[in-house]
Amino acid sequence: MIVCIKQVPDTTDVKIDPEKGTLIREGVPSIVNPFDKNAVEAALKIREEKGGKVTVITMGPPQAVDALRECLAMGADDAILLSDRAFASSDTWATSYTLAMGIKKVGNPDIIFCGKQAIDGDTAQVGPGIAEHLGLPQVTYVQKIKEVKEDGMIVERSIEGGYEVVSVGMPVMIAVDKSINEPRFPTMMGTMKAHKKEIPTWGLAELGADEDKLGMNGSPTRVKRIFAPERKGQGEMIQGDDESEVCALLIEKLRDKKVV
Amino acid sequence: MNFSLTEEQAMIQKVVRDFAEKELAPIAAELDEKGEFPHAITAKMGEMGLFGLPFSEEYGGSGAGYLAYAIAVEEISRACASTGITYAAHCSIGTGPIYLFGTEEQKKKWVVPCAQGKMFAAFGLTEPNAGSDAGGTQTTAVLDGDEWVLNGSKCFITNVGVGKVAVITALTDKSKGTRGISSFIVPTDTPGFTVGTKYHKLGLLASDTREIILENVRIPKENILGKPGEGFKQFLVALDGGRISIGALSVGIAQACLDASLKYAKEREQFGQPISKFQAIQFKLADMAMKTELARMMVHKAAWLKDQGKPFSKEAAYAKLYASEICMQNASEAIQIHGGYGYMKEYPVERYFRDAKLMEIGEGTSEVQRLVIARLLGC
Ligand SMILES: Cc1cc2nc3c(=O)[nH]c(=O)nc-3n(C[C@H](O)[C@H](O)[C@H](O)COP(=O)(O)OP(=O)(O)OC[C@H]3O[C@@H](n4cnc5c(N)ncnc54)[C@H](O)[C@@H]3O)c2cc1C
Ligand SMILES: Cc1cc2nc3c(=O)[nH]c(=O)nc-3n(C[C@H](O)[C@H](O)[C@H](O)COP(=O)(O)OP(=O)(O)OC[C@H]3O[C@@H](n4cnc5c(N)ncnc54)[C@H](O)[C@@H]3O)c2cc1C
Repeated sequence: MIVCIKQVPDTTDVKIDPEKGTLIREGVPSIVNPFDKNAVEAALKIREEKGGKVTVITMGPPQAVDALRECLAMGADDAILLSDRAFASSDTWATSYTLAMGIKKVGNPDIIFCGKQAIDGDTAQVGPGIAEHLGLPQVTYVQKIKEVKEDGMIVERSIEGGYEVVSVGMPVMIAVDKSINEPRFPTMMGTMKAHKKEIPTWGLAELGADEDKLGMNGSPTRVKRIFAPERKGQGEMIQGDDESEVCALLIEKLRDKKVV
Repeated sequence: MNFSLTEEQAMIQKVVRDFAEKELAPIAAELDEKGEFPHAITAKMGEMGLFGLPFSEEYGGSGAGYLAYAIAVEEISRACASTGITYAAHCSIGTGPIYLFGTEEQKKKWVVPCAQGKMFAAFGLTEPNAGSDAGGTQTTAVLDGDEWVLNGSKCFITNVGVGKVAVITALTDKSKGTRGISSFIVPTDTPGFTVGTKYHKLGLLASDTREIILENVRIPKENILGKPGEGFKQFLVALDGGRISIGALSVGIAQACLDASLKYAKEREQFGQPISKFQAIQFKLADMAMKTELARMMVHKAAWLKDQGKPFSKEAAYAKLYASEICMQNASEAIQIHGGYGYMKEYPVERYFRDAKLMEIGEGTSEVQRLVIARLLGC
């Protein structure tokens, strides 16, 4: 199994540099994308039941090793960093191409796990992109793994108002939702070991990738403008001594607005 | 000179803080209110290997060292000081003496499960008539064939109600004074070992503190720790380590006081502006932040010395004394900054204030710390 993890700024309140149109990352501590921890947990659970190996991979700047180490401390067996100046300014297409090349070099995994989306970029495109580059089936928004068999798995995929049960062959790309599990905390022993572990860095040369498909060159997306949307209206907290009082206040408000 | 944490220590800090903020902080007030021992939390701490931080891999730990452990104690205590004392007492003075002075067999049997969080250990030193003067122990142990027979009582013992094992000090030779004290490893289910009901305390309500009555408690001869007569020396060494952890615990509470006060001062408006705009409040916050950081530095230095295998008794006493006193000061100022609201249970500073006081008492009162320091100065 290979889990794709991304290092993201520890905030949901992403600030944008209005001049350059890029995210302001300075001064914000970095964390492992929360959904990707769910992905790591899902892989570790399968390893505990069925055996196998869990490799985490990320594409990012050299300091992204911290994110990899955190996943090693959770219990992943190996970690690989994809880092090269040539990868800079990748859009989701180039990011998924680079990750697909990295995954190919690791070997042929049965399952590639991704998070549902990254809390900074938020596109939810990288997982599906990887599957397309590798010509594999994919299941997104996975909320439960029901069964893992020799050659396939049965999973639940959340959809609006319910879920679908999907049977899929392997190898497969699975993008997981937060509801799938509760990620474990890293252990202290794992933390100590994670720091002793060698983490290989693969760049352009190691991947043998097509330079035109990487980084800025390989990114067809052109960003026109990035901006923080104006806040429209504001929520209101209704407070009261107990539930019935709060309900009564709410109904009064809804009546005032002629909603009910 | 290098003031930065190692990568491992920094990551341990991050992981423990994350755990404490997510799992512990949200329930700390409820634990305090119900006076409930947090079994579910300590089970998770066990799985994470937190109890093994100060112990080597050979004995079930992670070999992360005492500084890493002190950092973890601070983070846990910042969220919940009751869990902090449970953690600190278990590692430093419960398991610590066996780790420091036990035989290979004793360590394999007791330190391993303690480090793995599979059982709690307590340390029974204090007696009704032997508190600060711990050398005045009246509990006795007499060798009868292949067994030691213990009689006496201990008071204010942390974790003994939840623990499977206790290190107990007792007189083996009355004629020798403090050189007649020995320590023993006593399983808490030994017949004659009775644990009292929980004390009604001021603070640390979710921690387990009880009295022990020992009536003809028979334990195998090999359960003595070290040699007869070494008990006094042993507990002085164990308490040196314990002081670092109480220092760390104090820093955790002191930091929590600052966090809550800073947040509140920015939110609370009087005279048309946040009270954090008043210089009188700013000065309090500045002092609280400074003292917390100074205390933390001393705790880290003492722990670092211990990890380096250098003498650290004096530094441990500095750390414990200073951190516990500024902890109490911060708690008092935290309530002051909160005004009347701070006196109410709805705000966490009320709990911090009650929890803080023990820091100046446990594992040697402030007066005793000053005695220890003065003695080390050559007085
Ligand atoms: C138009 C546009 C312009 C951009 N410009 C910039 C820019 O100038 N500077 C900049 O820093 N970023 C920029 N980005 C962001 C960057 O391209 C994306 O963050 C990146 O491609 C991943 O997409 P995402 O964050 O939306 O991840 P998603 O597609 O939401 O992520 C889904 C899952 O894919 C996996 N994944 C995603 N990224 C990685 C990764 N790097 N390594 C391993 N696994 C991963 C994870 O499992 C993750 O949970 C831009 C993005 C867009 C769409
Ligand atoms: C919540 C809690 C948990 C505890 N956990 C443990 C535990 O796990 N194991 C354990 O063994 N003990 C434990 N203790 C006991 C604790 O260590 C003692 O309470 C402490 O050492 C003080 O002893 P004492 O209470 O008998 O006070 P006393 O020794 O009677 O002191 C009373 C006052 O006299 C002062 N005093 C005493 N001697 C001198 C002197 N020579 N010079 C100047 N002033 C002096 C003291 O500083 C204090 O102010 C715990 C106590 C509490 C409250």
